[in-house]
Amino acid sequence: MTIVLRTEHVRAIEAHARKTYPEECCGLLLGRSAGSKRVDEPRPATNVAETNRERRYVIDPRAIFSVDHELRGTGREILGFYHSHPDHPAQPSAFDEAQATWPGYSYVILSIVDGNPAGLRSWVLEKEGGRFRPETLSTAEV
Amino acid sequence: MSSTVKVVIPTPLRQYVANRDVVELRADSVGAAIGSLVREFAELRRHLYADDGRLRNFVNIYVNEEDIRYLQKESTPLRDGDTVSIVPSIAGGGMSMVEMLAAKRKDVLAPHEIKRYSRHLILPEVGMQGQLALKQSSALIVGAGGLGNPLAQYLAAAGVGRLGVVDFDVVDLTNLQRQVLYSTKDVGRPKLQALKERLEAINPNVEVKTYETRLTSENALGILTEYDVVIDGTDNFPTRYLVNDACVLLGKPNVYGSIFRFEGQASVFWSAKGPCYRCLYAEPPPPGLVPSCAEGGVLGVLPGIVGSIQAVEALKVLLGKGDLLVGRLLVFDALRMKFRELRLRKNPDCPVCGPNATIKELIDYEAFCGLRDPSEQVGEEFQITVDELREKVADDHGVVLLDVREPMEWEIAHLDRAILMPVAQVPARVNELSTADDIVVYCKTGVRSARITNFLRELGFRKVKNLVGGIDAWAETVDPDMPRY
Repeated sequence: MTIVLRTEHVRAIEAHARKTYPEECCGLLLGRSAGSKRVDEPRPATNVAETNRERRYVIDPRAIFSVDHELRGTGREILGFYHSHPDHPAQPSAFDEAQATWPGYSYVILSIVDGNPAGLRSWVLEKEGGRFRPETLSTAEV
Repeated sequence: MSSTVKVVIPTPLRQYVANRDVVELRADSVGAAIGSLVREFAELRRHLYADDGRLRNFVNIYVNEEDIRYLQKESTPLRDGDTVSIVPSIAGGGMSMVEMLAAKRKDVLAPHEIKRYSRHLILPEVGMQGQLALKQSSALIVGAGGLGNPLAQYLAAAGVGRLGVVDFDVVDLTNLQRQVLYSTKDVGRPKLQALKERLEAINPNVEVKTYETRLTSENALGILTEYDVVIDGTDNFPTRYLVNDACVLLGKPNVYGSIFRFEGQASVFWSAKGPCYRCLYAEPPPPGLVPSCAEGGVLGVLPGIVGSIQAVEALKVLLGKGDLLVGRLLVFDALRMKFRELRLRKNPDCPVCGPNATIKELIDYEAFCGLRDPSEQVGEEFQITVDELREKVADDHGVVLLDVREPMEWEIAHLDRAILMPVAQVPARVNELSTADDIVVYCKTGVRSARITNFLRELGFRKVKNLVGGIDAWAETVDPDMPRY
């Protein structure tokens, strides 16, 4: 499966990551899934990790719950999540792998080095084995 | 009396519920609702429940707008029209493995664990950091016998987080003389079943994983790769070479120990840092040359000492402390009560760990150790069963009974009018036998005597037969008063 983001969505994620740098930012990717996952809205969320927000993030389950509630019956759904890796590559860390447990969602990671975006990649969990594999991420102008 | 409720399924789980986003069902509590859901959609179970039957900690459940953690958890009652939502937890971050372990460790040593391990914690070489390292670590014990018992016992007590044990045997009465974790009532039970119970009683904080199987070339890499250190508590050459080669291929340390009569050996084979078992013994001895403990005997305490030495080395590997027995073979003689140390060198021509290694995958170790050697097999016409022998002895007093066991075995029990000629003495004493006689060769179970039968046939004896099943079969079916050992 491919995930498609529009250029403006990428800019919005980058802006979010700059704002929270050196802490990690996180958010939800909403849209429709038909053949590919077409994002129509990145929805910023608050990183509610109690400690070490430079190195970890937690999305409040209430935020996920309320978005899920809001989208029910609209045909739109939560396609995945994004978070930033301040001064780290856009690859899932061992910690990401240990924490991520939901095959099917896209995990988009933005590397931000010295406050500047330095790479954006998407990952999905394999159904068996709990490993991430890269997912094709394409950006569309419109 | 159940209520009709809706369960809202998050996107990644919809594939397991026929792509529905809402499932309607009847239940009177959250636990019952989720239980009925996973009964109807079996694939969902492992996504929601951990192996211990509890809800996974990255699964949140809401009833209407409220998280059940703030209600009555899984016993939260449900009323008609309630909505139960399964909500994923999403977390992660750019933490490195070291940071992750540190974070995990932070709240891992519970107060009762601090108390339990306090004699470790006040050792500068262990301390909180070392004890947490042990908790994060894992060890595989191959064999749940004489060596495996003290190993498993001490490693569990020491707080090694995950212990794997491989064995397929059941507890036999002859094991109890040295395998001290088993009790008389365990005789006949699978060893791993009894062992797991004992280890969990010693330390419930330790995860014990049992592999009730023979370690083979097919399964060894898959099992060993899960562990930080491998400990060899086996009693046979094929498994010993298998464990060695698998450890070299995986780069794992192999804590070796062996016992025989009053002598024990221990070493740490770690090809990245020193020699491997094959550097010491490139090839196994010919079958039969080195007797097993069943054939040669072993002092009951000896495996307690050697297994404890292995446990010490395993803990040092996991803690990264002290001087390991890498490149050293420790030899213990209980009769003289002496320890000796032999220096071992890495063999540059070692076929598995040398620079020009020829063994790149696991081989057939039974064949490598000569255990499929045809000389072990005796032709049908040179076999005799205990029933046939009983008739022969009754009719004809001319039959020569040749006992090829050791004198100590002879003392326990032997057949009337047999001649004692231990295996090693046969070549020198063969002139005591006549090719004209009917000869029946026996040992304890028929393996050693098969070799001697073939040896005598090659020398021209034509009227020689091997007693199938040995004196043990005789005691079982012909003479129930004869002691078995």
